[in-house]
Amino acid sequence: MKNARYLGALVAMTLLAAACGDDKKSSGEALAAIGEGEKALNLVVWAGYAEDGSTYPEYDWVHPFQDQTGCVVKSKIAATSDEMFQLMGTGDYDGVSASGDASVRLIDAKLVDPVNTALIKNYADLSPFLKDQRYNSSDGKNYGIPHGWGANYLMWRTDVVTTAPDSWSVVFDKGSPYAGKVTAYDAPIYIADAALYLKTAQPDLGIEDPYSLNQAQFDASVALLKDQHSIIGEYWNDYTKTQGAFEQGSTVLGTTWQVIFNLATTNGAPLETVVPKEGATGWSDTWMVSSKAAHPNCMYMWMDYITSPAVQAQVAYYFGEAPANPKACDEINTQFADPTHCDVFKANDSAFAQSIAFWATPRKQCLNGKGSDCVPFSAWIKAWTEIKG
Amino acid sequence: MTATTIPSGSGIPSGPGKSASRWLHRHPRTRLIALIGAPATWMIVLYIGSLASLFLTSLYRLNDDGSGIDKVIGTQNYRTLIDQSVYLDIALRTVKIAVLVTLVDIVLALPIAFFIAKVVGGLWRRLLIASVLVPLWASYLVKAFSWRAIIGSPGGVLDKTFGVSPNYGEVGLIIVLAYLWLPYMIVPIYAGLERLPDSLLDASSDLGAHFGFTFRRVVLPLLFPSIVAGSVFTFSLSLGDYIAVDLVGGKTQVIGSVVYDNFSADLPFAAAFAVVPVIVMVAYILGIRRSGALENL
Repeated sequence: MKNARYLGALVAMTLLAAACGDDKKSSGEALAAIGEGEKALNLVVWAGYAEDGSTYPEYDWVHPFQDQTGCVVKSKIAATSDEMFQLMGTGDYDGVSASGDASVRLIDAKLVDPVNTALIKNYADLSPFLKDQRYNSSDGKNYGIPHGWGANYLMWRTDVVTTAPDSWSVVFDKGSPYAGKVTAYDAPIYIADAALYLKTAQPDLGIEDPYSLNQAQFDASVALLKDQHSIIGEYWNDYTKTQGAFEQGSTVLGTTWQVIFNLATTNGAPLETVVPKEGATGWSDTWMVSSKAAHPNCMYMWMDYITSPAVQAQVAYYFGEAPANPKACDEINTQFADPTHCDVFKANDSAFAQSIAFWATPRKQCLNGKGSDCVPFSAWIKAWTEIKG
Repeated sequence: MTATTIPSGSGIPSGPGKSASRWLHRHPRTRLIALIGAPATWMIVLYIGSLASLFLTSLYRLNDDGSGIDKVIGTQNYRTLIDQSVYLDIALRTVKIAVLVTLVDIVLALPIAFFIAKVVGGLWRRLLIASVLVPLWASYLVKAFSWRAIIGSPGGVLDKTFGVSPNYGEVGLIIVLAYLWLPYMIVPIYAGLERLPDSLLDASSDLGAHFGFTFRRVVLPLLFPSIVAGSVFTFSLSLGDYIAVDLVGGKTQVIGSVVYDNFSADLPFAAAFAVVPVIVMVAYILGIRRSGALENL
């Protein structure tokens, strides 16, 4: 067995780490002060969050960090939240840029440690509506530094869908005239989109929070998505795939991100987006520190670096998201001569941000604090396979 | 080797290489280990070992908060596969797609291989063989993405040119997989036809059989082992595919896509489902063995 072969090496390494880890923080506690860098940093990131110039030479914020701190960055790109969670479970990484559908799981499984936000100089500048949220804190303790966020919009091709929709009902209508050309996000967390719609459409279900669903509410959401399956052309989680489908016209209606809309309209596709009257789900990413971090000081240096206005500007502009640090907006204008980025992504619109139901991992102990009979995420994962049939 | 390198008078080859070879000659067992040690390790550790590891993992389970794997042996993953009808549906759909891809490839490969082996010769034959093999040099991903641009509807190449297109879905997927694996069917059939003496075709025709009859009664029976060999490739490659499925299969779910969706969230369950195509392949090969086709390869 692979595991057995590595077990010996692992035990030896653990003993070694324990023996020379006197100055290392103990697991479960936040760092008290940033000490000397450990000269290395291993990250799990979304594609585009730790660019070192290998994709585009002009987008490189990893090398300046290495020059400043001496921490040599090794980043591992994860394709899905599930993969991030699994990679963090190995204990080989110091930190992660977790979305809400991974962050709560990471906290519950004690794979990440509380973060001492006082050590992050830029923390005070970050948008207040991103702080102390349930996807980045627990029991009054802060478990991460906000990075950037975005909403899941409803998008349609204006040449085909001529009446502008104002409700998610268009993507759940079994008799939709656009059957076969509708798309939906391909992840278990998308069940929350159905729940968010049912919250308004079927008030008698009593849904308050799309991430805290009891069995009846969950079953209703799953049933709605099974109906939706008949009108779906394809699901997406790779944004280039859905971008191409919208440009080509094989998809005309469905969930999207702002960055996909921007890229597709730049290529000439006639598209429009809206946050429907039921509201929208969204994602807010958080830098978290592994409870087994071998290089915690470098991780803190990274979290401070990545939330500084100049670097936030580069990441947010490159990735296509709202920066967590509003000071990045001016920087984006300075560095990329784009004064509209923050308006387009509504980076400073706190009312908008607060209307979004940001992804959070569902668990048995309800996230909204109302009871302990919520359907846990493992059931969401299994249900997602069933929905897709 | 010239005589000057041998010290005069000794008459026996010397030097470290020579003495090693003499030593090996006296130790046949060491010789054998040195020869097959590396390939055997590869076979046992990496090949059989990974399969055994897959099977063992499929018996484990996820711990309560999903953060790790409890190494407790049990059959709960297989029970889920059996209890929930969706997984049987997905498995049957995957096998159906693999069978259809194989049939399409057989129908396409027979005339092409026959043409190359029996109709043209010389430069044309070499050119045609090269053109069958050249697509294998291009990346699988590039080809799958190209097909995405071809069969999409509306807006795809087929739709714009002919006004009809299968669009993303099972039909499109079968077309794309049949295209991707076609060389793996043509090559064995061509090899089989090359071994088929022209005199058999002449004899059949001299005895009054028309082409169709000759094909059915002479060519096909002799070609059967080659077709089976090709089908092992096309069938198993289709059974395990999930990337082409994602790109051109629309919302189609196959075994591979479920394994991919689950491997990071629930590794033991993904492993259990990954055992299914292994079982299907073993059953397929045992079936072929009974038919006697393997002996004739």
